[in-house]
Amino acid sequence: MSIEIKHISYTYMPKTPFERQALKEVTATIEEGTFTAIAGHTGSGKSTLLQHLNGLLHPTEGHVVVDGVDLLPQKKSEKKAARAARMKVGMVFQYPEQQLFEETVEADIAFGPKNLELSGEDVASRVRESMELVHLDYERFHARSPFVLSGGQMRRVAIAGILALRPKYLVLDEPTAGLDPRGRKEILSMVTALHRRKKTTVIFVSHNMDDIARLARHLLVFNKGMLVADGTPQAVFGQTDVLREAGLRQPHVMTLLRHLREAGLPLERTDVLTAEEAEQAICAALKKMRGEKS
Amino acid sequence: MSFIEMEHLSHAYHAGDETERMALSDVSLAIEKGEFVAVLGANGSGKSTLAKHINAILLPTAGNCRVAGFDTSEAGSVWEIRREVGMVFQNPDNQLIAAIVEDDVAFGPENIGMAPERIRENVRCALAAVGMEHFRSFAPHLLSGGQKQRVAIAGALAMQPKCLVLDEPTAMLDPKGREEVMMVLKRLHAEGMTVVLITHFMEEASEAQRVIIMADGRIAAIGTPREVLTDHAAMQKWGLETPLAACLAAGLLKDGVKLPRDILTDDDLICALTGEEPCPSK
Repeated sequence: MSIEIKHISYTYMPKTPFERQALKEVTATIEEGTFTAIAGHTGSGKSTLLQHLNGLLHPTEGHVVVDGVDLLPQKKSEKKAARAARMKVGMVFQYPEQQLFEETVEADIAFGPKNLELSGEDVASRVRESMELVHLDYERFHARSPFVLSGGQMRRVAIAGILALRPKYLVLDEPTAGLDPRGRKEILSMVTALHRRKKTTVIFVSHNMDDIARLARHLLVFNKGMLVADGTPQAVFGQTDVLREAGLRQPHVMTLLRHLREAGLPLERTDVLTAEEAEQAICAALKKMRGEKS
Repeated sequence: MSFIEMEHLSHAYHAGDETERMALSDVSLAIEKGEFVAVLGANGSGKSTLAKHINAILLPTAGNCRVAGFDTSEAGSVWEIRREVGMVFQNPDNQLIAAIVEDDVAFGPENIGMAPERIRENVRCALAAVGMEHFRSFAPHLLSGGQKQRVAIAGALAMQPKCLVLDEPTAMLDPKGREEVMMVLKRLHAEGMTVVLITHFMEEASEAQRVIIMADGRIAAIGTPREVLTDHAAMQKWGLETPLAACLAAGLLKDGVKLPRDILTDDDLICALTGEEPCPSK
């Protein structure tokens, strides 16, 4: 099962002076169970693409197919299936805490499941489950107003509201924007845990190449509405020309190791993605240097 | 006398109420004219509260705060202080109010009744200082985040302040926008502006002359970026990230590699490991 993006193009405000093509002929597949990152400069089309993944926007051309079902039904009889497919994709927008509105954390998270016409018990159990998933203690937080919480906590409440719908695919648009390092770590470790424990497929947009390097196994890069790279982070971050064109840079560790090699450290590889890997690579290079000297 | 002086400054929100919360406790601090200071700290550590004292948006509930020689608690000095200190906030969309960039930048000077010719001149200079002179007749909502934030900075500059206080001005920007804003700040500082920058980004903090770490409403550490940001253990305790080079150096030291203990930047690490220039000069 997967989300298939088939030759989609999207034009905003067609046939007006403001007409702008935001996506051009994009084709990609996001497999179930993967952790996919989407990177691109502001205005590259990544947010437009995200909105296609659960049918908020329908492509001007092409198709988005979730688990075999086209999100834009051609016949009336397909409508129900298309709706069910859209429900599989949970969408967390940028600054999702701005969408909180209820008086208590519990009521806010319950809003989605209640709309699914679930029983009171089911709703309650989903609220508890989602709060646990976002690491918010039920007893401590359920009766509090979401508006007195810290930024990171508010964001987790908003994400819990989406998780309560039990999406199979979770899409997050810059989930850590505007948070402090601690808040960022909380959100990212929560999303990683969700991916591991619940096998939720995660698709996230990020400007932070270091986060992408650490977390993602699949990376899509957009530039001017086109998909310009699609592969593992290691492979994509190796394409320095494509990155530069797209206005992105390599993760900091990669740049640092490349500079170290240019300065004469005999590093075997510079395509490392984490600080730990970098440390090992440097240690190995230093040993090699010592070996050559003696 | 320093440009900004805080003596035993405390600030309690909702003072006297059951929800009273001490946001700042007994903070003493001096910032000199022309200095570039970065303020770091986890959310809720008091850094924004601290910043808001510098142009009298908040007043101390105990102790005092003097800016450019004026006591912020004296009712008559507020306007003087605000002409000396410009403030820029995190979200550019909340700060821009006019339909055209030029009008937006002119808003401050118009409000204090500056002569029209002078306003025109100030707006022109302010937009030039942030590299936005070509956008003067644009609508702000058509600009990128970085451009909007530069317009917000221009709005503060049009008042010709001696000091800029920026509360996470780059938090909502993409990497390019962040770079643009930092370039502007560095240039303004080089031209003599006092800059107080609140940030979560260690790369930005390492550009400052001094770094102040806030934790639980108190100053937890103060010193040069090299002194403060390289203390891996302490940075973790404060809920902050160590810059990558310092983090790698800490790991390598543990592995038994001989390295200086104050590695902060990539260049420091490259130099220490390979003996290649550029060597840290500081």
